[in-house]
Amino acid sequence: MELTAEEWDAVALSAKVALCATALCLPTGILFGWLMARREFAGKWILDTLVQLPMVLPPVVPGYLLLLLLGTRGPIGKWLLDAFGIVIAFTWKGAVLASATMAFPLMVQPVRLAFRLIDQRLEQAALTLGATPWRAFATITVPLAFPGIVAGSVLCFSRSLGEFGATMAFVGNIPGETRTLPLAIYSYTHVPNGDAAAMRLALLSILLALAALGTSHWIGRRAERLLGQSRPRDERA
Amino acid sequence: MLNIDVEFRRGSFTLAAKVDIEGGVTGVFGPSGSGKSTLLALLAGLLKAQRGTLTFDGRTLADAATGTFVPAWQRHFGLVFQDGQLFPHLSVRSNLLYGYRHLAPSERRFELDTVTKLLEIDPLLRRRPVHLSGGERQRVALGRALLYSPRLLLMDEPLSSLDERLKQQILPFLKRVKEETGVPMIYVSHSRAEVDYLADRVLLMSEGRLGAAGS
Repeated sequence: MELTAEEWDAVALSAKVALCATALCLPTGILFGWLMARREFAGKWILDTLVQLPMVLPPVVPGYLLLLLLGTRGPIGKWLLDAFGIVIAFTWKGAVLASATMAFPLMVQPVRLAFRLIDQRLEQAALTLGATPWRAFATITVPLAFPGIVAGSVLCFSRSLGEFGATMAFVGNIPGETRTLPLAIYSYTHVPNGDAAAMRLALLSILLALAALGTSHWIGRRAERLLGQSRPRDERA
Repeated sequence: MLNIDVEFRRGSFTLAAKVDIEGGVTGVFGPSGSGKSTLLALLAGLLKAQRGTLTFDGRTLADAATGTFVPAWQRHFGLVFQDGQLFPHLSVRSNLLYGYRHLAPSERRFELDTVTKLLEIDPLLRRRPVHLSGGERQRVALGRALLYSPRLLLMDEPLSSLDERLKQQILPFLKRVKEETGVPMIYVSHSRAEVDYLADRVLLMSEGRLGAAGS
């Protein structure tokens, strides 16, 4: 299966956007998931609803809202441009932000569940052994939540690879800048003789999705073994 | 050594304790639900009393009136939980060294070798907690707390999840720890026999009240 330069551009851009979106969602998702699992505060359900909202809205809507806010004439977008000369709309950075917005709830859900399932007395045990709360979080909580964090990251990455509606609305479909895999497939289906290229990219999308799921499965199995949730023969001795 | 004068309320439950505790092993005996675990959590710094003071060797650990509160990780007390609470993602060795690694070398009173020999857990070092029996788990939990060189060792029903045969196996280890390390202990249990076997003096906990029960 030979890809043209333009098709490679779309694949490379998709990989870059999805990796950056996952990198953006990972620390924020861990923090937010922990907050939702462990803390009670006023307005918690409002914050929770807002974060979950992109999952149930038509993706074009968050994309359009991002454009209103971060477009060069939007309140935040204008400020970023005037103060720092940064443009986000219609650039690959905007594609990252659109993907991250759509994928964030998928990162948060498994992370939150993982934090909720951890016995808090393990963290207390760490505190009584001289660990500061941050150290206990880093050495006990996060490693124990690792399978959930991996699951969230893979979902986030896969969702970002497939992002279409919000990206289209916020950053458009510019070859080499914002034309990711799904946008490229969509474009090829609209040009004469584009079917073969669309099919190649569609197959590639399926392969990437399978690879992501396979990796997640493999890491999840390894993590479970390390956490002692299954009993492999080689550790019995 | 330890001067307790605290009052702690949660819902309809109130715990009130006013007692001075000296070195050696102090047993706290009482039925389940009498507030024994809450008392240990207050001493360990995992809970904050609404009223009163707590001092250890002259240092104020908690004073509700002035807002002084030394958190758990600065109290330097060991706490052994009912079911061990070993970290499942770490090997026995890493569990044992978890608190030890938070100490400056000059603060370390016990070494890994000494403690593993004392508790006869040296063959288990490379295992994960899931592959340990209940009795092994509690010995590792005890070793982990000891290696943190605690100034006071708090034990929250450390044998209650074990069957009678295992209890009889572990009790001598606890006695050995008492005799060979000299670490002061507060040993909480609903079993009068255990408390009598180990403790130099016994306090009685009943419906949130801590009082003397002879020695």
